[in-house]
Amino acid sequence: MPPSTLASVSAELAPARAVPSPALQRRLPFAAVMRQPSGKLGVGLVAITLANALVAPLVVHTDPFALTGPPLSPPTFAHTLGTDALGRDLLSGVVHGAGMSLLIAVGVAAIALACGTSIGLVAGYRGGWIDDAVSRVMELFQVMPRLFLVAVVIALFGTGVDRVVLALGFTSWPVLARVVRGEVLATRDAGFMEAAEALGASPVYIAWRVLMPNILPTLMVMVGLLFGQVLLIEASLGFLGLGDPNALSWGLLVGESQGFLRVAWWLAVFPGLAITIAILGFNLLADALSAALGGR
Amino acid sequence: MTRWYVLRRLLQVVPTVLGIVLVAFTLIHLAPGDPVLALAGENGDAAYYAFMRHRFGLDQSLPRQLATFLARVVTGDLGHSYVQGRSTLAVIAERIPATALLGCAALFMAAVISIPLGVIAARRADHVRDVSISALALALFSTPTFWLGQMAILIFALALRLFPVQGMTTAASDAVGMQHVLDVAKHLALPAAVLAAQELAVLIRLTRNSMIDELARDHIRTARAKGVGELAVLVRHAFPRALLPVITVAGSRLGHVIAGAAVVEVVFGWPGMGQLLLTALQTRDAPVLLGLFIVVSSSVVVVNVITDLIHAAIDPRIRLG
Repeated sequence: MPPSTLASVSAELAPARAVPSPALQRRLPFAAVMRQPSGKLGVGLVAITLANALVAPLVVHTDPFALTGPPLSPPTFAHTLGTDALGRDLLSGVVHGAGMSLLIAVGVAAIALACGTSIGLVAGYRGGWIDDAVSRVMELFQVMPRLFLVAVVIALFGTGVDRVVLALGFTSWPVLARVVRGEVLATRDAGFMEAAEALGASPVYIAWRVLMPNILPTLMVMVGLLFGQVLLIEASLGFLGLGDPNALSWGLLVGESQGFLRVAWWLAVFPGLAITIAILGFNLLADALSAALGGR
Repeated sequence: MTRWYVLRRLLQVVPTVLGIVLVAFTLIHLAPGDPVLALAGENGDAAYYAFMRHRFGLDQSLPRQLATFLARVVTGDLGHSYVQGRSTLAVIAERIPATALLGCAALFMAAVISIPLGVIAARRADHVRDVSISALALALFSTPTFWLGQMAILIFALALRLFPVQGMTTAASDAVGMQHVLDVAKHLALPAAVLAAQELAVLIRLTRNSMIDELARDHIRTARAKGVGELAVLVRHAFPRALLPVITVAGSRLGHVIAGAAVVEVVFGWPGMGQLLLTALQTRDAPVLLGLFIVVSSSVVVVNVITDLIHAAIDPRIRLG
C-alpha cells in the first residue's frame, strides 16, 4: 500500500486539524481534498459508483440477462428503470454492469501505471537516446485517436473484454509516462537526489524510494483522470456496438439504446446517467487532488 | 533561422507517419488468421486470395512486405473495400466534407463561447462567477458525447420539435441555393453543439488558466499602474499572449474532435467518417477501418504541424529558440 494512502486514512480519523503547512499537506491529500467542495462532491459520486458496483448487486437479485418483464416497459414499480427490447430489467443491468465497467478501468489503469511509470522513470532519469526514443513513441501514440485504434483492434482480433483492456492499456501509458518523465526531470537536480547518489544508492533504489514518493501525488491525479477517460471510451465502444455481448457492462447497455431512442427514452437516460455520475466523480476527485497539491 | 524551423518541423512528420503505418502493418500481421482475410474479406475465392496476396506482397518476406505496404500507402493506395467494391481512399474521401463541416462548426462554436467565458472566469479567480464557469466546464467534460447527443435529441428534437432528429438534409427535399444551406444549417445545429461541448470545456479551462498566468505578470502591473482601463488590460494586454497556448491545444484536439464526431455522427445519422466507421465495423470491412485509422491519424499529424507553424509565426521565441 502506498504511504500516502496510510496517511490519508489517519487524516480521516483526525479531521479537526489546523491548516497544515505545505509540506504536511503533501502527505495528507485526503484531508486537503475533503476541504474543497469539489472534493466532497467527487468523493460522494465515486462512493455512489462504488456502492453501485459492490453493494447493489447483493440487493438487486434479478439476473440482468433474464427475460423478466414485458419488452420495452417504461419505468414501473416492478421494473424501476423499465425494461429493454427483450424484457430484461434495466435496473439490474445498470447495477450489475457497473462492476465490469470499473473492472475494465482498473485493468487499463494497472497496465498504464506499470508501463507508464517504469518507462517514464527510465526515460527521465537516464536521458540520452533512451529519452529521445521514448519521446518519439509517446508522440506517435498521441496522434492516434484511441477510439479508432481500439475499433481497428476489435475488428481484427474480435470482441472481448481482454482485448479492450489490452488495447486501451497499451495506448494509455504515454499519458502517464509523459507526466512521470516531466516530474523526474523537475526533481533530477534537487539536493536530495544528489544526496542519494552521493550515498551510493542504486538507480533502482533512487527510482522507487526517492523519486516515486515525489511523483505519486501527481500520478494519483492522472489515474483519476484516466479512470474517467476509460469509462468514457468503454461506453463509446459499447455505443458503437463493439462491446463484448457476453460481458454485461454499461457500454453494452448504451449500445442498445440508440435503436430505441424514439420509443424507449429510459434505455438511453439511465445507463448514461450512471456513466456520467461515475466520470464526473473521478474527474472532480482528480481536480480536487490536483488543487490540494497546489496546482489548478 | 525561420526557414530552418519550418523545414525541421516538416521533416518530423515523416517518422510519425511511418510509425502510424507500422502500427497498422503490425496489427494486420498480429491478427489471428491469414492477413489476406483482413485485406480481402472472408468471402473471396482462392484465385482472389492469390491475387490479393500478390498485390499486397503477402507472398514475400516480412521486411519486403512492409516496404510494399508502405509504398502503397504513400501513393494513396489503401486497398479495396470489398463491401463497397471501390478503392478505400475514394470511400473515405467522400465522407471527409461532412465530418469536416461538423468538426469545424463545433470548434468554431466552442471557441466563440469558451474564450469569453474563460476570460470572465480569470478576471477574478475563485470568485462565484469563476467557480460556476469552471463547474460548468467540468460537468460538460464529464458527460459522454453520445449521451449528451441522445438527451439533446430527446429534449430538443423529439419533445420540443425545434430541430430535426436525424440526417444532414431533409429527405425528399429538392431545395437548392440558400434554402439548401439553411436546411443543412438546421440539421447541423444540434450535432455541432453536442460535439462542441467537450471542446468548450477544455478551452474554457485553458483560457482561464492561461489568462490567470498572464494577469500575474509584470507588464500587466505596469499597464494598470499607468492607468490603463481594466477592459483594455484584459483585451489588449493580457489576452493576445494568453491566446498562444489556447491555439496550440485547440490544434492538438483534432484527434478528439474526429473521434467525438464519429460518435456524434452515429447519434444524429450524420453522413461522415463516423457513420463509415460504424458501417465498416458492422460489415467487418477491415481495409476501410485501417484506411480510416491511417487517414485520421495522419490528418492529426498534419494539423499539429500547421498549429506549430502558426504558433511559431506568432511567437518568435519558438522559431528562434
